[in-house]
Amino acid sequence: MTLGRAELMIAQDKKQEKLIMDAHEVARALTRIAHEILERNKGITDLALVGIRTGGVHLAHRFAKRIQEIEQGQVPIGELDITLYRDDLALKKDQPVLKKTNIPFNISDLKVVLVDDVLFTGRTIRAAMDGLIDLGRPAEIQLAVLVDRGHRQLPIKATYIGKNIPTSRDENVQVFLEEEGEEDRVVILNGA
Amino acid sequence: MSLKRKDLISIAPLSSDEIMFILETADSFKEVTGREIKKVPALRGKTVVNFFFEPSTRTRTSFELAAKRLSADVINFSPSSSSVVKGETLLDTARNIEAMQADIIVLRHQAAGAAETLARGVKSSVINAGDGWHEHPTQALLDLFTIREKGLAFKGLRVAIVGDIAHSRVARSNIYALTKLGAEVLAVGPPTMMPASLEKLGAQVHYNLDKALQGVDVIMMLRLQLERQGRALFPTIREYSNLYGLTAERLRLAAPGALVMHPGPINRGVEIAPDVADSFSSVILDQVSNGVAVRMGILYLLSGANQ
Repeated sequence: MTLGRAELMIAQDKKQEKLIMDAHEVARALTRIAHEILERNKGITDLALVGIRTGGVHLAHRFAKRIQEIEQGQVPIGELDITLYRDDLALKKDQPVLKKTNIPFNISDLKVVLVDDVLFTGRTIRAAMDGLIDLGRPAEIQLAVLVDRGHRQLPIKATYIGKNIPTSRDENVQVFLEEEGEEDRVVILNGA
Repeated sequence: MSLKRKDLISIAPLSSDEIMFILETADSFKEVTGREIKKVPALRGKTVVNFFFEPSTRTRTSFELAAKRLSADVINFSPSSSSVVKGETLLDTARNIEAMQADIIVLRHQAAGAAETLARGVKSSVINAGDGWHEHPTQALLDLFTIREKGLAFKGLRVAIVGDIAHSRVARSNIYALTKLGAEVLAVGPPTMMPASLEKLGAQVHYNLDKALQGVDVIMMLRLQLERQGRALFPTIREYSNLYGLTAERLRLAAPGALVMHPGPINRGVEIAPDVADSFSSVILDQVSNGVAVRMGILYLLSGANQ
Protein backbone atom coordinates (compact mmCIF):
# COMPACT_ATOMS: atom_id res chain seq x y z
CA MET A 1 0.00 0.00 0.00
CA THR A 2 1.25 3.47 -0.79
CA LEU A 3 0.83 6.71 1.12
CA GLY A 4 -2.46 8.62 1.13
CA ARG A 5 -2.63 11.85 -0.81
CA ALA A 6 -2.63 14.15 2.24
CA GLU A 7 0.26 12.32 3.87
CA LEU A 8 2.10 12.58 0.61
CA MET A 9 1.69 16.35 0.31
CA ILE A 10 3.30 16.72 3.71
CA ALA A 11 5.94 14.16 2.79
CA GLN A 12 6.76 16.00 -0.43
CA ASP A 13 7.35 19.24 1.38
CA LYS A 14 9.86 17.72 3.75
CA LYS A 15 11.51 15.07 1.66
CA GLN A 16 13.66 14.88 -1.40
CA GLU A 17 12.02 13.45 -4.51
CA LYS A 18 14.23 11.34 -6.78
CA LEU A 19 12.95 10.60 -10.29
CA ILE A 20 13.17 6.92 -11.23
CA MET A 21 10.97 6.74 -14.33
CA ASP A 22 9.63 9.64 -16.38
CA ALA A 23 6.46 9.62 -18.51
CA HIS A 24 8.24 8.11 -21.54
CA GLU A 25 9.80 5.33 -19.52
CA VAL A 26 6.46 4.54 -17.88
CA ALA A 27 4.79 4.41 -21.31
CA ARG A 28 7.47 2.12 -22.75
CA ALA A 29 7.33 -0.22 -19.76
CA LEU A 30 3.54 -0.48 -20.05
CA THR A 31 3.75 -1.20 -23.78
CA ARG A 32 6.38 -3.89 -23.22
CA ILE A 33 4.30 -5.54 -20.46
CA ALA A 34 1.23 -5.48 -22.72
CA HIS A 35 3.22 -7.38 -25.34
CA GLU A 36 4.55 -9.80 -22.74
CA ILE A 37 1.03 -10.51 -21.47
CA LEU A 38 -0.09 -11.31 -25.02
CA GLU A 39 2.98 -13.39 -25.74
CA ARG A 40 2.70 -15.47 -22.59
CA ASN A 41 -1.06 -16.01 -22.95
CA LYS A 42 -0.94 -16.45 -26.74
CA GLY A 43 -3.48 -13.70 -27.39
CA ILE A 44 -6.52 -12.54 -25.48
CA THR A 45 -8.62 -15.70 -25.30
CA ASP A 46 -9.85 -16.23 -21.71
CA LEU A 47 -7.76 -13.28 -20.55
CA ALA A 48 -8.96 -10.76 -17.94
CA LEU A 49 -7.32 -7.80 -16.19
CA VAL A 50 -8.08 -7.02 -12.55
CA GLY A 51 -6.65 -3.82 -11.09
CA ILE A 52 -6.03 -3.40 -7.39
CA ARG A 53 -7.49 -0.12 -6.19
CA THR A 54 -6.51 2.60 -6.83
CA GLY A 55 -3.29 2.75 -8.88
CA GLY A 56 -3.66 -0.76 -10.26
CA VAL A 57 -7.07 0.06 -11.72
CA HIS A 58 -5.64 2.89 -13.81
CA LEU A 59 -2.80 0.68 -15.02
CA ALA A 60 -5.25 -2.14 -15.89
CA HIS A 61 -7.14 0.28 -18.14
CA ARG A 62 -3.90 1.32 -19.81
CA PHE A 63 -2.94 -2.30 -20.46
CA ALA A 64 -6.40 -2.95 -21.89
CA LYS A 65 -6.02 0.01 -24.25
CA ARG A 66 -2.61 -1.17 -25.48
CA ILE A 67 -3.84 -4.75 -25.88
CA GLN A 68 -6.78 -3.44 -27.90
CA GLU A 69 -4.38 -1.57 -30.19
CA ILE A 70 -2.19 -4.62 -30.68
CA GLU A 71 -4.82 -7.36 -31.00
CA GLN A 72 -8.01 -5.45 -31.92
CA GLY A 73 -9.90 -7.19 -29.12
CA GLN A 74 -11.41 -6.24 -25.79
CA VAL A 75 -10.19 -7.71 -22.52
CA PRO A 76 -12.61 -7.52 -19.56
CA ILE A 77 -11.42 -5.26 -16.72
CA GLY A 78 -12.30 -5.60 -13.05
CA GLU A 79 -11.56 -3.46 -9.99
CA LEU A 80 -10.60 -5.12 -6.74
CA ASP A 81 -10.64 -3.57 -3.26
CA ILE A 82 -8.53 -5.74 -0.98
CA THR A 83 -9.30 -3.97 2.32
CA LEU A 84 -11.54 -6.70 3.74
CA TYR A 85 -8.79 -9.25 3.13
CA ARG A 86 -5.94 -7.33 4.78
CA ASP A 87 -4.01 -9.19 7.45
CA ASP A 88 -3.69 -6.11 9.68
CA LEU A 89 -7.39 -5.22 10.08
CA ALA A 90 -7.53 -6.51 13.64
CA LEU A 91 -4.53 -4.30 14.51
CA LYS A 92 -6.00 -1.06 13.22
CA LYS A 93 -7.85 1.32 15.49
CA ASP A 94 -9.73 3.07 12.69
CA GLN A 95 -10.91 0.79 9.97
CA PRO A 96 -9.67 1.74 6.49
CA VAL A 97 -12.14 3.31 4.08
CA LEU A 98 -13.64 0.76 1.69
CA LYS A 99 -13.87 1.20 -2.04
CA LYS A 100 -16.15 -1.10 -3.91
CA THR A 101 -14.95 -4.23 -5.67
CA ASN A 102 -16.39 -4.23 -9.16
CA ILE A 103 -15.69 -7.31 -11.25
CA PRO A 104 -18.67 -7.54 -13.63
CA PHE A 105 -17.76 -10.92 -15.13
CA ASN A 106 -17.23 -14.46 -13.88
CA ILE A 107 -13.51 -15.01 -13.32
CA SER A 108 -13.80 -18.80 -13.19
CA ASP A 109 -11.57 -20.51 -15.77
CA LEU A 110 -10.11 -17.18 -16.92
CA LYS A 111 -6.44 -16.28 -16.92
CA VAL A 112 -6.56 -13.29 -14.59
CA VAL A 113 -3.76 -10.74 -14.63
CA LEU A 114 -3.69 -8.86 -11.33
CA VAL A 115 -2.37 -5.35 -11.80
CA ASP A 116 -0.77 -3.13 -9.15
CA ASP A 117 1.51 -0.14 -9.23
CA VAL A 118 4.17 -1.11 -6.67
CA LEU A 119 5.14 -4.57 -5.44
CA PHE A 120 6.65 -4.31 -1.96
CA THR A 121 5.99 -6.70 0.95
CA GLY A 122 3.64 -8.89 -1.07
CA ARG A 123 0.89 -8.64 1.54
CA THR A 124 -1.45 -6.72 -0.76
CA ILE A 125 -1.05 -9.40 -3.43
CA ARG A 126 -1.75 -12.17 -0.89
CA ALA A 127 -4.96 -10.33 0.07
CA ALA A 128 -5.85 -9.78 -3.59
CA MET A 129 -5.43 -13.47 -4.42
CA ASP A 130 -7.68 -14.46 -1.52
CA GLY A 131 -10.21 -11.84 -2.64
CA LEU A 132 -10.15 -13.12 -6.21
CA ILE A 133 -10.55 -16.76 -5.23
CA ASP A 134 -13.67 -15.86 -3.20
CA LEU A 135 -15.19 -14.66 -6.48
CA GLY A 136 -14.50 -17.81 -8.46
CA ARG A 137 -11.76 -20.20 -9.52
CA PRO A 138 -9.52 -18.61 -12.13
CA ALA A 139 -7.55 -20.93 -14.39
CA GLU A 140 -4.45 -18.92 -13.55
CA ILE A 141 -3.51 -15.76 -11.65
CA GLN A 142 -0.62 -13.70 -12.99
CA LEU A 143 0.77 -10.47 -11.58
CA ALA A 144 1.78 -7.33 -13.46
CA VAL A 145 3.42 -4.43 -11.59
CA LEU A 146 4.96 -1.21 -12.78
CA VAL A 147 7.64 -1.27 -10.07
CA ASP A 148 9.15 -4.02 -7.95
CA ARG A 149 10.97 -2.43 -5.03
CA GLY A 150 11.93 -5.62 -3.15
CA HIS A 151 11.61 -6.28 0.60
CA ARG A 152 9.18 -9.16 0.22
CA GLN A 153 7.66 -10.58 3.42
CA LEU A 154 5.79 -13.36 1.61
CA PRO A 155 6.90 -15.80 -1.10
CA ILE A 156 5.35 -13.81 -3.94
CA LYS A 157 6.82 -13.00 -7.33
CA ALA A 158 5.54 -10.83 -10.18
CA THR A 159 4.96 -12.31 -13.64
CA TYR A 160 5.54 -8.97 -15.41
CA ILE A 161 7.67 -6.14 -14.03
CA GLY A 162 8.06 -2.62 -15.43
CA LYS A 163 11.22 -1.87 -13.50
CA ASN A 164 13.14 -3.32 -10.57
CA ILE A 165 14.15 -0.60 -8.14
CA PRO A 166 16.54 -1.39 -5.31
CA THR A 167 15.36 0.57 -2.27
CA SER A 168 15.94 0.75 1.44
CA ARG A 169 12.99 -0.03 3.70
CA ASP A 170 12.44 3.52 4.91
CA GLU A 171 12.21 4.98 1.40
CA ASN A 172 8.83 5.50 -0.20
CA VAL A 173 8.29 4.60 -3.82
CA GLN A 174 5.45 6.58 -5.31
CA VAL A 175 3.80 6.15 -8.68
CA PHE A 176 2.06 9.22 -10.05
CA LEU A 177 -0.43 8.81 -12.88
CA GLU A 178 -2.30 11.13 -15.22
CA GLU A 179 -5.63 9.70 -14.06
CA GLU A 180 -4.97 11.29 -10.67
CA GLY A 181 -4.10 14.64 -12.20
CA GLU A 182 -0.32 14.16 -12.13
CA GLU A 183 2.33 13.74 -14.76
CA ASP A 184 3.18 10.04 -15.21
CA ARG A 185 6.30 9.26 -13.19
CA VAL A 186 7.84 7.05 -10.54
CA VAL A 187 9.82 8.66 -7.74
CA ILE A 188 11.57 7.69 -4.54
CA LEU A 189 10.84 9.85 -1.54
CA ASN A 190 13.80 9.60 0.80
CA GLY A 191 13.16 8.76 4.41
CA ALA A 192 14.06 11.15 7.21
CA MET B 1 -12.89 9.69 7.02
CA SER B 2 -13.47 7.18 9.76
CA LEU B 3 -16.15 6.59 12.34
CA LYS B 4 -14.42 7.47 15.58
CA ARG B 5 -16.99 5.93 17.85
CA LYS B 6 -17.02 2.98 20.19
CA ASP B 7 -20.76 2.45 19.97
CA LEU B 8 -23.78 3.14 17.81
CA ILE B 9 -26.56 4.06 20.23
CA SER B 10 -28.53 6.67 18.35
CA ILE B 11 -28.65 8.76 15.20
CA ALA B 12 -29.05 12.01 17.17
CA PRO B 13 -25.31 12.67 17.79
CA LEU B 14 -24.13 11.63 14.30
CA SER B 15 -23.09 14.25 11.76
CA SER B 16 -24.45 14.12 8.21
CA ASP B 17 -20.90 13.23 7.07
CA GLU B 18 -20.81 10.26 9.44
CA ILE B 19 -24.20 9.07 8.17
CA MET B 20 -23.08 9.31 4.54
CA PHE B 21 -19.82 7.55 5.40
CA ILE B 22 -21.75 4.62 6.89
CA LEU B 23 -23.93 4.43 3.76
CA GLU B 24 -20.88 4.51 1.47
CA THR B 25 -19.20 1.79 3.52
CA ALA B 26 -22.37 -0.30 3.21
CA ASP B 27 -22.11 -0.03 -0.61
CA SER B 28 -19.05 -2.28 -0.50
CA PHE B 29 -20.90 -4.85 1.59
CA LYS B 30 -23.91 -4.76 -0.72
CA GLU B 31 -21.49 -5.97 -3.40
CA VAL B 32 -20.34 -8.77 -1.06
CA THR B 33 -23.94 -9.88 -0.37
CA GLY B 34 -24.50 -10.19 -4.13
CA ARG B 35 -21.65 -12.68 -4.59
CA GLU B 36 -21.94 -16.41 -4.85
CA ILE B 37 -19.68 -16.77 -1.80
CA LYS B 38 -21.14 -14.11 0.47
CA LYS B 39 -18.36 -14.00 2.99
CA VAL B 40 -15.26 -11.94 3.66
CA PRO B 41 -12.63 -12.53 6.36
CA ALA B 42 -12.69 -8.96 7.78
CA LEU B 43 -13.93 -9.84 11.30
CA ARG B 44 -12.19 -13.18 11.71
CA GLY B 45 -11.58 -13.88 15.39
CA LYS B 46 -14.08 -11.25 16.59
CA THR B 47 -17.10 -12.22 18.63
CA VAL B 48 -20.50 -10.59 18.22
CA VAL B 49 -23.16 -11.19 20.86
CA ASN B 50 -26.81 -10.68 20.01
CA PHE B 51 -28.54 -9.73 23.23
CA PHE B 52 -32.27 -9.52 22.52
CA PHE B 53 -34.74 -8.82 25.32
CA GLU B 54 -37.66 -8.34 22.94
CA PRO B 55 -38.96 -10.67 20.27
CA SER B 56 -37.39 -10.01 16.88
CA THR B 57 -36.92 -12.11 13.78
CA ARG B 58 -35.79 -9.64 11.19
CA THR B 59 -33.31 -7.57 13.17
CA ARG B 60 -31.71 -10.46 15.04
CA THR B 61 -31.39 -12.63 11.93
CA SER B 62 -30.08 -9.65 10.00
CA PHE B 63 -27.37 -8.94 12.58
CA GLU B 64 -26.49 -12.61 12.84
CA LEU B 65 -26.17 -12.93 9.08
CA ALA B 66 -24.17 -9.70 8.86
CA ALA B 67 -21.71 -10.88 11.51
CA LYS B 68 -21.37 -14.32 9.93
CA ARG B 69 -20.74 -12.87 6.49
CA LEU B 70 -17.87 -10.93 8.03
CA SER B 71 -16.51 -14.20 9.50
CA ALA B 72 -17.18 -13.17 13.11
CA ASP B 73 -18.39 -15.70 15.67
CA VAL B 74 -21.95 -15.06 16.82
CA ILE B 75 -23.70 -15.90 20.05
CA ASN B 76 -27.42 -15.30 20.56
CA PHE B 77 -28.71 -14.54 24.03
CA SER B 78 -32.36 -14.25 24.85
CA PRO B 79 -33.59 -13.51 28.38
CA SER B 80 -35.87 -16.54 28.63
CA SER B 81 -32.93 -18.90 28.18
CA SER B 82 -30.34 -16.93 30.16
CA SER B 83 -29.69 -16.13 33.79
CA VAL B 84 -31.62 -12.87 33.39
CA VAL B 85 -34.65 -14.87 34.60
CA LYS B 86 -32.69 -15.63 37.77
CA GLY B 87 -32.61 -11.93 38.57
CA GLU B 88 -29.24 -10.89 37.17
CA THR B 89 -29.12 -7.23 36.09
CA LEU B 90 -28.53 -6.20 32.49
CA LEU B 91 -25.09 -4.84 33.29
CA ASP B 92 -23.98 -7.91 35.23
CA THR B 93 -25.06 -10.23 32.45
CA ALA B 94 -23.30 -8.02 29.93
CA ARG B 95 -20.09 -7.93 31.99
CA ASN B 96 -20.10 -11.70 32.04
CA ILE B 97 -20.52 -11.79 28.28
CA GLU B 98 -17.71 -9.28 28.01
CA ALA B 99 -15.50 -11.43 30.23
CA MET B 100 -15.83 -14.04 27.50
CA GLN B 101 -14.15 -11.51 25.15
CA ALA B 102 -17.16 -10.31 23.21
CA ASP B 103 -16.03 -7.52 20.91
CA ILE B 104 -19.44 -6.20 19.92
CA ILE B 105 -22.74 -6.48 21.78
CA VAL B 106 -25.96 -5.93 19.84
CA LEU B 107 -28.73 -5.01 22.26
CA ARG B 108 -32.50 -4.91 21.81
CA HIS B 109 -34.28 -3.86 25.01
CA GLN B 110 -37.72 -2.62 25.99
CA ALA B 111 -36.33 0.25 28.07
CA ALA B 112 -35.23 3.49 26.43
CA GLY B 113 -31.63 4.19 27.37
CA ALA B 114 -30.69 0.54 27.95
CA ALA B 115 -28.08 0.59 25.17
CA GLU B 116 -26.55 3.80 26.49
CA THR B 117 -26.33 2.37 30.02
CA LEU B 118 -24.72 -0.79 28.71
CA ALA B 119 -22.25 1.12 26.53
CA ARG B 120 -21.03 3.11 29.53
CA GLY B 121 -20.59 -0.03 31.58
CA VAL B 122 -18.65 -2.27 29.19
CA LYS B 123 -15.52 -1.95 27.06
CA SER B 124 -17.08 -3.83 24.15
CA SER B 125 -18.72 -1.85 21.37
CA VAL B 126 -22.48 -1.66 21.76
CA ILE B 127 -24.94 -1.42 18.88
CA ASN B 128 -28.48 -0.39 19.73
CA ALA B 129 -30.91 -2.68 17.91
CA GLY B 130 -33.89 -0.81 19.38
CA ASP B 131 -34.39 0.54 22.91
CA GLY B 132 -38.00 1.17 23.96
CA TRP B 133 -39.45 4.23 22.28
CA HIS B 134 -36.06 5.86 21.94
CA GLU B 135 -34.15 4.89 18.77
CA HIS B 136 -33.46 2.13 16.26
CA PRO B 137 -30.46 3.58 14.43
CA THR B 138 -29.64 0.64 12.15
CA GLN B 139 -33.21 0.63 10.82
CA ALA B 140 -32.98 4.32 9.91
CA LEU B 141 -29.62 3.74 8.23
CA LEU B 142 -30.93 0.87 6.12
CA ASP B 143 -33.97 2.98 5.20
CA LEU B 144 -31.65 5.76 4.06
CA PHE B 145 -29.48 3.28 2.19
CA THR B 146 -32.57 2.00 0.33
CA ILE B 147 -33.74 5.52 -0.58
CA ARG B 148 -30.27 6.38 -1.87
CA GLU B 149 -29.97 3.10 -3.75
CA LYS B 150 -33.20 3.90 -5.60
CA GLY B 151 -31.50 7.03 -6.90
CA LEU B 152 -33.23 9.64 -4.75
CA ALA B 153 -31.24 12.54 -3.28
CA PHE B 154 -31.86 13.52 0.33
CA LYS B 155 -31.70 17.28 -0.12
CA GLY B 156 -35.27 18.52 -0.46
CA LEU B 157 -36.70 14.97 -0.45
CA ARG B 158 -40.25 14.89 0.95
CA VAL B 159 -40.80 11.93 3.25
CA ALA B 160 -44.09 11.10 5.00
CA ILE B 161 -43.80 8.90 8.10
CA VAL B 162 -47.24 7.55 8.88
CA GLY B 163 -48.62 5.91 12.01
CA ASP B 164 -47.84 5.72 15.70
CA ILE B 165 -45.04 8.29 15.77
CA ALA B 166 -45.02 8.65 19.56
CA HIS B 167 -44.24 5.02 20.27
CA SER B 168 -41.95 4.43 17.31
CA ARG B 169 -38.18 4.28 17.68
CA VAL B 170 -38.01 3.76 13.93
CA ALA B 171 -39.77 7.08 13.34
CA ARG B 172 -37.53 8.92 15.79
CA SER B 173 -34.29 7.62 14.27
CA ASN B 174 -35.54 8.36 10.76
CA ILE B 175 -36.61 11.90 11.63
CA TYR B 176 -33.13 12.60 13.03
CA ALA B 177 -31.36 11.04 10.07
CA LEU B 178 -33.51 12.49 7.28
CA THR B 179 -33.55 16.04 8.64
CA LYS B 180 -29.76 15.98 9.13
CA LEU B 181 -29.40 15.16 5.43
CA GLY B 182 -31.72 17.96 4.36
CA ALA B 183 -34.93 16.01 3.71
CA GLU B 184 -38.34 17.35 4.64
CA VAL B 185 -40.15 15.03 7.06
CA LEU B 186 -43.93 14.98 7.45
CA ALA B 187 -45.09 13.05 10.50
CA VAL B 188 -48.64 11.81 9.98
CA GLY B 189 -50.92 10.12 12.50
CA PRO B 190 -53.78 10.60 14.94
CA PRO B 191 -53.19 13.18 17.71
CA THR B 192 -53.08 10.43 20.34
CA MET B 193 -50.05 8.96 18.59
CA MET B 194 -48.20 12.22 18.02
CA PRO B 195 -45.51 13.14 20.55
CA ALA B 196 -45.36 16.64 22.00
CA SER B 197 -43.04 19.20 20.35
CA LEU B 198 -42.17 17.03 17.38
CA GLU B 199 -41.52 20.24 15.41
CA LYS B 200 -38.40 20.73 17.53
CA LEU B 201 -36.89 17.75 15.73
CA GLY B 202 -37.57 19.50 12.45
CA ALA B 203 -40.62 17.48 11.35
CA GLN B 204 -43.98 18.85 10.26
CA VAL B 205 -47.03 17.39 12.00
CA HIS B 206 -50.05 16.31 9.95
CA TYR B 207 -53.28 14.64 11.05
CA ASN B 208 -54.80 14.18 7.60
CA LEU B 209 -53.10 11.51 5.52
CA ASP B 210 -54.62 12.52 2.16
CA LYS B 211 -53.35 16.08 2.54
CA ALA B 212 -49.93 15.03 3.76
CA LEU B 213 -49.32 12.58 0.93
CA GLN B 214 -49.64 15.23 -1.82
CA GLY B 215 -46.44 15.03 -3.85
CA VAL B 216 -44.30 13.14 -1.32
CA ASP B 217 -41.34 11.13 -2.65
CA VAL B 218 -41.22 8.48 0.06
CA ILE B 219 -43.96 7.03 2.27
CA MET B 220 -42.78 5.21 5.38
CA MET B 221 -45.59 3.28 6.98
CA LEU B 222 -45.16 2.30 10.62
CA ARG B 223 -46.53 -0.91 12.03
CA LEU B 224 -49.70 -0.41 14.05
CA GLN B 225 -48.72 -1.96 17.32
CA LEU B 226 -51.83 -4.01 17.85
CA GLU B 227 -50.63 -4.91 21.32
CA ARG B 228 -51.33 -1.30 22.29
CA GLN B 229 -54.94 -1.51 21.25
CA GLY B 230 -56.21 -1.68 24.83
CA ARG B 231 -54.76 1.76 25.59
CA ALA B 232 -57.50 3.76 23.85
CA LEU B 233 -55.12 5.42 21.41
CA PHE B 234 -57.61 4.70 18.63
CA PRO B 235 -61.24 3.51 18.76
CA THR B 236 -61.08 0.55 16.38
CA ILE B 237 -58.56 -0.97 14.01
CA ARG B 238 -61.07 -0.43 11.23
CA GLU B 239 -61.31 3.27 11.87
CA TYR B 240 -57.53 3.58 12.06
CA SER B 241 -57.18 1.68 8.84
CA ASN B 242 -59.73 3.93 7.10
CA LEU B 243 -57.99 7.11 8.22
CA TYR B 244 -54.33 6.11 8.13
CA GLY B 245 -54.06 2.97 6.03
CA LEU B 246 -52.12 3.24 2.77
CA THR B 247 -54.29 2.18 -0.16
CA ALA B 248 -53.55 2.15 -3.88
CA GLU B 249 -55.85 5.15 -4.24
CA ARG B 250 -53.93 7.14 -1.63
CA LEU B 251 -50.60 6.12 -3.14
CA ARG B 252 -51.63 7.97 -6.31
CA LEU B 253 -51.58 11.24 -4.34
CA ALA B 254 -47.82 10.93 -3.88
CA ALA B 255 -45.24 11.96 -6.47
CA PRO B 256 -44.92 9.60 -9.47
CA GLY B 257 -42.49 6.81 -8.64
CA ALA B 258 -42.80 7.41 -4.89
CA LEU B 259 -41.32 4.66 -2.70
CA VAL B 260 -43.39 2.77 -0.15
CA MET B 261 -41.39 1.59 2.85
CA HIS B 262 -42.22 -0.34 6.01
CA PRO B 263 -39.88 -1.56 8.76
CA GLY B 264 -41.92 -4.77 9.15
CA PRO B 265 -43.57 -6.87 10.27
CA ILE B 266 -46.51 -5.59 8.20
CA ASN B 267 -50.15 -5.88 9.20
CA ARG B 268 -51.72 -6.48 5.79
CA GLY B 269 -55.00 -4.65 5.46
CA VAL B 270 -54.39 -2.51 8.55
CA GLU B 271 -51.72 0.13 7.94
CA ILE B 272 -50.99 -1.04 4.41
CA ALA B 273 -53.25 -2.61 1.77
CA PRO B 274 -51.96 -5.93 0.41
CA ASP B 275 -51.86 -4.67 -3.19
CA VAL B 276 -49.72 -1.70 -2.11
CA ALA B 277 -47.35 -3.89 -0.07
CA ASP B 278 -46.83 -6.10 -3.14
CA SER B 279 -46.74 -3.28 -5.71
CA PHE B 280 -43.78 -2.04 -7.74
CA SER B 281 -43.64 1.03 -5.49
CA SER B 282 -42.95 -1.15 -2.48
CA VAL B 283 -39.30 -1.48 -1.48
CA ILE B 284 -40.08 -3.38 1.72
CA LEU B 285 -38.05 -6.44 0.77
CA ASP B 286 -35.18 -4.27 -0.52
CA GLN B 287 -35.10 -2.81 2.98
CA VAL B 288 -34.63 -6.29 4.42
CA SER B 289 -31.83 -7.19 1.96
CA ASN B 290 -30.10 -3.87 2.50
CA GLY B 291 -30.35 -4.35 6.27
CA VAL B 292 -27.69 -7.05 6.12
CA ALA B 293 -25.29 -4.89 4.06
CA VAL B 294 -25.78 -1.84 6.29
CA ARG B 295 -25.25 -3.89 9.46
CA MET B 296 -22.10 -5.42 7.96
CA GLY B 297 -20.88 -1.89 7.38
CA ILE B 298 -21.60 -0.85 10.97
CA LEU B 299 -20.01 -3.97 12.45
CA TYR B 300 -16.94 -3.38 10.27
CA LEU B 301 -16.60 0.28 11.24
CA LEU B 302 -16.97 -0.43 14.96
CA SER B 303 -14.60 -3.39 14.95
CA GLY B 304 -11.29 -1.48 15.08
CA ALA B 305 -8.65 -2.58 17.57
CA ASN B 306 -8.07 -1.42 21.16
CA GLN B 307 -11.56 -0.36 22.01
